[in-house]
Amino acid sequence: MNAKKMMALLMSLALVLLACGADTTAEEPVPAPAPDDTAGEPAPPTGETCAAGETDGNLNFYNWSEYIDPDLLSAFEAEYGVSVVESFYDSNEAMLAQLQAGVVYDLIVPSDYMVGIMIQEGLLLPLQKDAVPNIANLAGQFQAPPYDPGLEYSVAYQYGTTGLGVNLDVVGDDVEPTWALVFDPELASRYSGQISLLNDPRETMGAALMYLGHSINDVDLANLQEATELLAEARQHVATFDSDQYASSLVTGETAVAHGYSGGMITAISDADDPDRFDYLLPAEGATLWVDNMAIPVGAEHPCTAHAFIDFILDAENGATLTNWNWYGSPNAASMEFIEEEVAEFYAETDVAPNLQVIEDTGDYEINFTDFFAQARS
Amino acid sequence: MSDESIRIGRWSDRLLGANGWIVYLFLYTPIFVLIVFSFNDNQRVAVWTEFSFRWYGEMLQNDAVLRALRNTLIVAGVSTVMSTILGTAAAISMERYRFRGQRSADGLLYLPIIIPDVTMAVMMLLFFAQVFNMTSNVVRLSFGLGTISLAHIAFNIAFVAIVVRARLAQMEPQMEEAAADLYASNWQTFRYVTLPLILPGVAGGALLALTLSLDDVVVTQFVSGPGSTTLPVYVFGLVRRGVTPLINAVSVVMLVASILLVAVSLVFQRRSGRSSPL
Repeated sequence: MNAKKMMALLMSLALVLLACGADTTAEEPVPAPAPDDTAGEPAPPTGETCAAGETDGNLNFYNWSEYIDPDLLSAFEAEYGVSVVESFYDSNEAMLAQLQAGVVYDLIVPSDYMVGIMIQEGLLLPLQKDAVPNIANLAGQFQAPPYDPGLEYSVAYQYGTTGLGVNLDVVGDDVEPTWALVFDPELASRYSGQISLLNDPRETMGAALMYLGHSINDVDLANLQEATELLAEARQHVATFDSDQYASSLVTGETAVAHGYSGGMITAISDADDPDRFDYLLPAEGATLWVDNMAIPVGAEHPCTAHAFIDFILDAENGATLTNWNWYGSPNAASMEFIEEEVAEFYAETDVAPNLQVIEDTGDYEINFTDFFAQARS
Repeated sequence: MSDESIRIGRWSDRLLGANGWIVYLFLYTPIFVLIVFSFNDNQRVAVWTEFSFRWYGEMLQNDAVLRALRNTLIVAGVSTVMSTILGTAAAISMERYRFRGQRSADGLLYLPIIIPDVTMAVMMLLFFAQVFNMTSNVVRLSFGLGTISLAHIAFNIAFVAIVVRARLAQMEPQMEEAAADLYASNWQTFRYVTLPLILPGVAGGALLALTLSLDDVVVTQFVSGPGSTTLPVYVFGLVRRGVTPLINAVSVVMLVASILLVAVSLVFQRRSGRSSPL
């Protein structure tokens, strides 16, 4: 984890360098050929209008590894008569650096906060919604995400949440979904030594903030101080701060209440000898929602194929195929009926969860989360 | 007195021997575990269920992994050959010739070894972007296997040069002088005298270059283009789905391939050493 952090730090440093370097020579803009500018689209940078289902060449798809069912790619290739050339990245930051340097892709899958950054940097093409009729299939909470409220540039691809995995044998079948399981001194003492929390400042300080009734993106130092004291108090019952093994520790019985990501939880729980003994809860006070999105970078050579692909993924059955394959949540409301029960059940609560919050970049304030988290842990 | 020192000698010998075993255990246990778990039927990496070839089968059906493997091997092959040639040439020019600015050229040659990966990666990315911008009117170049190979050659040259130079420095120049006295041309001297003598160094440098190229992530990630993802980048990109034993299977294949390669080069070295006219 520390190595990863170091890496992230170096990456951001590299990005700053890159930005400086790029500025001085950006006279010649990133190659953005606009062959026939039909000017029908009011959108600023490159204006090639795409009709629904229109393609204009092979798709250069830049994605996370094993994030899409290969059968979906073949189906798209067969249906539209184009090929999909896949490339992979391991972090949003590395992907951003490539785009800033002018490497050309037609479709990318940035996470929520990165969409915001890329919009600000002018790296994304405005979406032509006429070419994506299936956009109407998106569930309500993905229609207006905070990082791109009008879906001007991006459409949700898959999502996940952060919540609590619990061992029902220990916490009881009628357990309430609440952060009190880890933060309430009385309740938490019952599971003393069987609680694991994520080793992640934003997630764990965020959980404490939400338990106290604040937003996960709250930037009031007094509130953060209060959250720190809460966490420091809860620490006596915490067995470990862990972002890697939380799910396997839960199913092997080492922990009974585990703070963790939905993706890891669902895989571990459904693999467990007795999956019914475990449950994944979204606390009522609020839980983290993260969303990966499809977006078309400025300079894309085949934007129409990219639009066709986005529409293809937003199709009800294709969206279900995707989720049945990678087990992440589908933002596609129309897909729900086609999703395997085992997976659907797991994400069902997301529809009713009152208070899902997306972690937003707090800029200079960000360091406080790290500092106070370290303070609470020590 | 002497009795005492012998006993100490034995005692420290034993300690040294034990240390050797521990070092080998430390190095090879993880590899052993990796190999064993690549034959595991379970979806999770660290839970053993039963023996199966499942992941090897899935590997052969996974186009993305196979393409990444192919890309990795192409880049490693090209960059190893090129950087070995260039690195050896650089080592010889530094060690056997004198020219103006040699000292600074010498220092600069090793810079890629000490600067961090990320810095190197950003430098390369910027450099290629600039070159592509400048040449965009003449020819349309783009990121891909070519840029990755060039970047790998760039950082590998320094490593090859340093290994070959160590070998050259141990070698007295008399042999080469004798060849020159016998009217051997520069090329003949190199081909029949210098090269056979430094071959172990060259082979060592090449293997080092190969290894570095095979597992580079940072530089590769930055200078890659559509369709040119290499295996290490692919593995790191698995954060969204988690690592499956499929990766163990791929690693075992690469491990076996590199062990074979080392074995072949050892055999080759021994044979050329025996048949050498010197």
